[in-house]
Amino acid sequence: MSAILQVQNLVKNYGDFKAVKGVSFDIEEGEIFSLLGPNGAGKTTTISMLSTLYAPTSGDATIGGHSITKDPMGVRGIIGVVPQDLALYEDLTARENLIFWGQMYNLSGKSLTTRVDEVLEQIGLTDKAKDRVKTYSGGMKRRVNIGVGLLHKPRLLFMDEPTVGIDPQSRRAILDTVKDLNNQGMTLLYTTHYMEEAEELSHRVGIIDHGEMIAIGTQKELTQQVGEAETLILHVGENDDSESLAKTLKDIQGVQQATAVDHEVSVVCAEAEDVLAAVVTKANDRGIKIRSIDIREPNLEAVFLHLTGRALRD
Amino acid sequence: MLKTFLIGIKDVRLAFRDRAALILMLAAPFVLTVGLGLVTGRFSSKTSSGISDIPVIIVNLDHDQLGNALADVFNSADLADLLEPTIGSDPEAARKSIDEDKAAAVVIIPEGFTKSIIPQQSDFANGNVVTADPVKIEVYANPSRSMGAGIVKAIVDEFLSRVEEGRVSETTSIEQLTFSGRITPQQALAAGFAASLDNQTISPASTLAVKINSSTANGDAVKFDALAYIAPAMALMFLMYTVSYGGRSILAERAQGTLPRLLVSPTSTAQILGGKVFGIFLTGAAQMLILIGASSLFFQLKWGDPLGVIVLVLAAVIGATGWGMVITALARTPSQVASVGTAIMLIFGIMGGSFINLEQMPSFVQTFSKITPNAWALDGFTTLGLGGTLTDLSAPILALLSMGSILFLVSVALFGKKNLVQK
Repeated sequence: MSAILQVQNLVKNYGDFKAVKGVSFDIEEGEIFSLLGPNGAGKTTTISMLSTLYAPTSGDATIGGHSITKDPMGVRGIIGVVPQDLALYEDLTARENLIFWGQMYNLSGKSLTTRVDEVLEQIGLTDKAKDRVKTYSGGMKRRVNIGVGLLHKPRLLFMDEPTVGIDPQSRRAILDTVKDLNNQGMTLLYTTHYMEEAEELSHRVGIIDHGEMIAIGTQKELTQQVGEAETLILHVGENDDSESLAKTLKDIQGVQQATAVDHEVSVVCAEAEDVLAAVVTKANDRGIKIRSIDIREPNLEAVFLHLTGRALRD
Repeated sequence: MLKTFLIGIKDVRLAFRDRAALILMLAAPFVLTVGLGLVTGRFSSKTSSGISDIPVIIVNLDHDQLGNALADVFNSADLADLLEPTIGSDPEAARKSIDEDKAAAVVIIPEGFTKSIIPQQSDFANGNVVTADPVKIEVYANPSRSMGAGIVKAIVDEFLSRVEEGRVSETTSIEQLTFSGRITPQQALAAGFAASLDNQTISPASTLAVKINSSTANGDAVKFDALAYIAPAMALMFLMYTVSYGGRSILAERAQGTLPRLLVSPTSTAQILGGKVFGIFLTGAAQMLILIGASSLFFQLKWGDPLGVIVLVLAAVIGATGWGMVITALARTPSQVASVGTAIMLIFGIMGGSFINLEQMPSFVQTFSKITPNAWALDGFTTLGLGGTLTDLSAPILALLSMGSILFLVSVALFGKKNLVQK
């Protein structure tokens, strides 16, 4: 396989604020590559530079041989973009939206109408094609938003957190669509802060935090970075001080990391069985009632925790 | 070019699907036109132009039959509400009064005017019944009071038209009688002199038909309708709403993400901005033409020379679009454009003569009004309403096109300093 996207030391500064600090990575033709990171990590800024919306402060990237800084029009012709927020004309129907956006991607005549029909079929909105978008549910709008990005059959599709704020059923449909598109040969760059999505979809994952790419690899390669560590998830009461508990648990021998988010405390350790008793004792000593405990195999959440000391949802 | 057109068409479609925008673009000016038409009595049996007390100076140096008749027309009881005539004796002083904006126009009836039209007894004695070219009456018009000056000119034109009709018919009749041998040259002499005296005696009453009438190029008399002022005034005021609405859509597209999406498609920034401007222009033109069509259909309003109307509408929309673009370039959010646009709409409406005829405004307002598309376009529509044609519209059309071009360049410069993408 050859790289369709090659990113070299991409930097974006807004005044003194460094949003992206020298990110580099490649995406092979035909793979799904996820950029995983918490909100504000620099995922959207990176995609915005790669899609030629923002000029990078320094660095460059080539997509299908076209430089994003020297040949943005060449790049735009071969990429598709599904932005995080809906970008549709709500007073137009789904068909009118698709026709307009198809025209903006140089489609016309019979090829345009044929392609619009195919995309409507693909996103399951053929029956609702003549309804104005403003009458759609959030999930249906998301599907049209994706459909616009597919019209011109892009070689590389950028999808920026396409499942944010939608119901589980629509989310499932979108994830299935992503897999279908990839099975048809499309290369995708998918950003998310949901570890489960990255795990389900991606051939490779890049973990980004504070504008820096802190790890890249397959899921297996990444989890190997935290060794054979397991994660204990403690669910505590609403009124319990989970943060102070996390600090206390770090003192236990064998505990590598302990962080608290809301009413959950995540404890990374080599062997859960070795520290379980001590964890429960410490919680009891502090008068904190543990409602339930989950033991998880190494995953991307643990990798992020291991690399940053913070949970993805922090 | 095609994408620019497609973006413009898309914007027109969106504008005409927005109910709130439709109310302000079409319903509001239409309702206000009806309301002001009712106030001015346009829809009652006793029609009124809503225009009154036009100050006009009459300088009668002729002091003969026709000169006196024309002066009497301006002083007639039937035109008393419309005109506020004063009698002058010095042409230079009268012209100076116009330069000082003290009146709408001066009518200077030169010495020998009557003699140049009515054959004298000596002419008939010589057998020469065709007189020399008439001495011309001068109408010295105040450019800042174009409507009043236009009405004065229309009255003078109507008077001269009647004089000319009488002169030609009387001369032709006597010549035909002489050539056919029905009367002798001596009889022709007596008849001609008597007829000329009789025909050229024009009483004020016989010219009452001119009122606020003027003559079109083909000689048909047209009546100036109050709605021919009110309807364009309202349409032009709400045209300013439409252009700010269109400008607002640029920032709205930025906020709703469609502008960034356009910018990452293989469409250039120039095509996108050009399309947005084209959309504003098309929406404004469609609004104006719909209002003109509706007022013609429902009120039988005659807007005047169709070609002139179309060209003037397009020029007015170009001028207004320039303002819409500048407002948009200066604003940061769609709501800022909406509030500034509404304020500008009202200010330009007042300053541009949409509510009160500019001639009744202080001179500084009249001067300020020149920056508004309303004033120039209204000037043009008034000219058309008084029977003018496209050839009479060079000043307003040139001014509107210049306004649009300059403001567009200013907006491009302002946009150049801003990031189109960042909210």
